Amino acid sequence: MEIFLQQIINGLVQGSVYALVALGYTMVYGILGLINFAHGEVVMVGAMLALSALTAMLGWGVPPLLALPLSLILAILGCMALGYSIERVAYRPLRHAPRLAPLITAIGVSIVLQNLAMMIWGRQYHAFPQLIDNQSHLIGGAIINDIQIIIFVMALAIMASLMVVVHRTRLGRAMRAVAENQHAAQLMGVDINRVISVTFMLGSALAAVAGLMVSANYGLAHYYMGFLLGLKAFTAAVLGGIGNLRGAMLGGLLLGLIESLGAGYIGDMTGGFLGSNYQDVFAFFVLIAVLVFRPSGLLGERIAERA
Amino acid sequence: MSDRLLEIRDLQVAYGGIHAVKGIDLHIAPGELVALIGSNGAGKTTTLKTLAGLLHPAGGQIHYDGNSLNDIAAHRRVTLGIALVPEGRGIFARLTIADNLLMGAYSRNDQHEIATDLERMYALFPRLAERRNQLAGTLSGGEQQMVAMARALMSRPRLLMLDEPSMGLAPLMVQKIFETIRDIAALGMSILLVEQNARLALQAANRGYVMESGTITLSGASDELLGSDAVQRAYLGG
Ligand SMILES: Nc1ncnc2c1ncn2[C@@H]1O[C@H](COP(=O)(O)OP(=O)(O)OP(=O)(O)O)[C@@H](O)[C@H]1O
Ligand SMILES: [Mg+2]
Repeated sequence: MEIFLQQIINGLVQGSVYALVALGYTMVYGILGLINFAHGEVVMVGAMLALSALTAMLGWGVPPLLALPLSLILAILGCMALGYSIERVAYRPLRHAPRLAPLITAIGVSIVLQNLAMMIWGRQYHAFPQLIDNQSHLIGGAIINDIQIIIFVMALAIMASLMVVVHRTRLGRAMRAVAENQHAAQLMGVDINRVISVTFMLGSALAAVAGLMVSANYGLAHYYMGFLLGLKAFTAAVLGGIGNLRGAMLGGLLLGLIESLGAGYIGDMTGGFLGSNYQDVFAFFVLIAVLVFRPSGLLGERIAERA
Repeated sequence: MSDRLLEIRDLQVAYGGIHAVKGIDLHIAPGELVALIGSNGAGKTTTLKTLAGLLHPAGGQIHYDGNSLNDIAAHRRVTLGIALVPEGRGIFARLTIADNLLMGAYSRNDQHEIATDLERMYALFPRLAERRNQLAGTLSGGEQQMVAMARALMSRPRLLMLDEPSMGLAPLMVQKIFETIRDIAALGMSILLVEQNARLALQAANRGYVMESGTITLSGASDELLGSDAVQRAYLGG
């Protein structure tokens, strides 16, 4: 029972990070019908930027509780600029090209970003500095620490704010309108290029936050971390129904839970043959199962081919 | 130029190599209701889309309010007072009726006036008022046409373009839509009306143009066109 509760906690925390990243995939897909496979790398860049800024500031003697939000803001701004540039350089020129073309550039952008990151930050793992006295709390026999609590609460707050922006503001209304009918949105006076840029920047801001969260949670960051994380968040978006914001959030949390519970019990299930290091496998089982049995995802409408 | 809100000269539009509009001249005076009629594939929708900025001319000039429109992006034309109710309505099915109408006011930032206009639209189309928080995709065809028109009016256009507003509607609904068009025209708005239903369109309009495979073949006062043999034979089943 304690193991179960522990895995639920771990799953929800990790899942809330997946959800933030999944939202980036799903927002871009919703508006452009495009899978931005470079999105995972934006998360990685966010983590690296935040970590570099944090290390530098701590070195200058900036108090940790000031350095942390400052690095987060820096990472957010950096990632927004990156997301904006990716769209301008890699996707906009291909807006009317066959759908395979932007998919290929997306992979190209991923490779470029990974290699750039490797050149800048090296191949080694970077340790996340100990900032706060990370206290652990016992609930029902399971342990949750301060960082996990902060991650989960912050992720939920960010998601709630995003929903407010999308459903209650003029910008959000324009985003939904562009997602549904670009021509009609133009006829309303919407500069669709601007809305698309803003969408990429919003998604990238979420990615930056997620990047910092992951590295804080696991205590490290690495130039290659965006690949697997991106793939899992993409899985989460597909699980929830790609293009659907609520779906991305649900999919993220669910995937976190599936992974965590799977990792917790895989040893028992296989008589000790497979250990918890196989946890990554679950995400891909989920992806394949969703694609086979319910390609539109849990909350998605049937995926209509976009004209 | 004050007697010309819109003036098109030698407008040509092509889809790749296919010339859909082959050099047309057309003008609209302030407050005028002008009908553009013609059979399927004549180039009417292409003309309206070009005026709205969704398509780019291959040649010719579009002047609006004395200035060239040729290099102005679609989303900026709304600010200038040009609105198009597109063929097939183009409503946002997954947005509520209220959100659709607010999208119509996207180019404006006079919040208070927008709220007043919103109520004005609900007064003009009471059926929309009752359903304002319903998703627009759940409406009937006629109600969707009302949304499309109300949405366009929310931008406070000086030139309203309507592409086949009666398409697919039951006769009663067609009458209601045309009544509304007449009411709007009476307020002094300039209207360019594209219609398959030539009789209704010409009866409502001051002047009309007849378009055939990309060119204007006839133009004149509505009464003249309604009385002309050519129009009678081709469009009025006489
Ligand atoms: N996207 C497109 N690509 C290629 N050709 C097109 C396209 N849209 C329209 N056309 C062609 O341009 C010509 C004019 O079409 P348009 O839609 O303007 O006619 P229309 O007068 O509005 O007809 P209808 O009364 O049927 O709506 C037609 O021959 C049509 O096939
Ligand atoms: Mg047409």
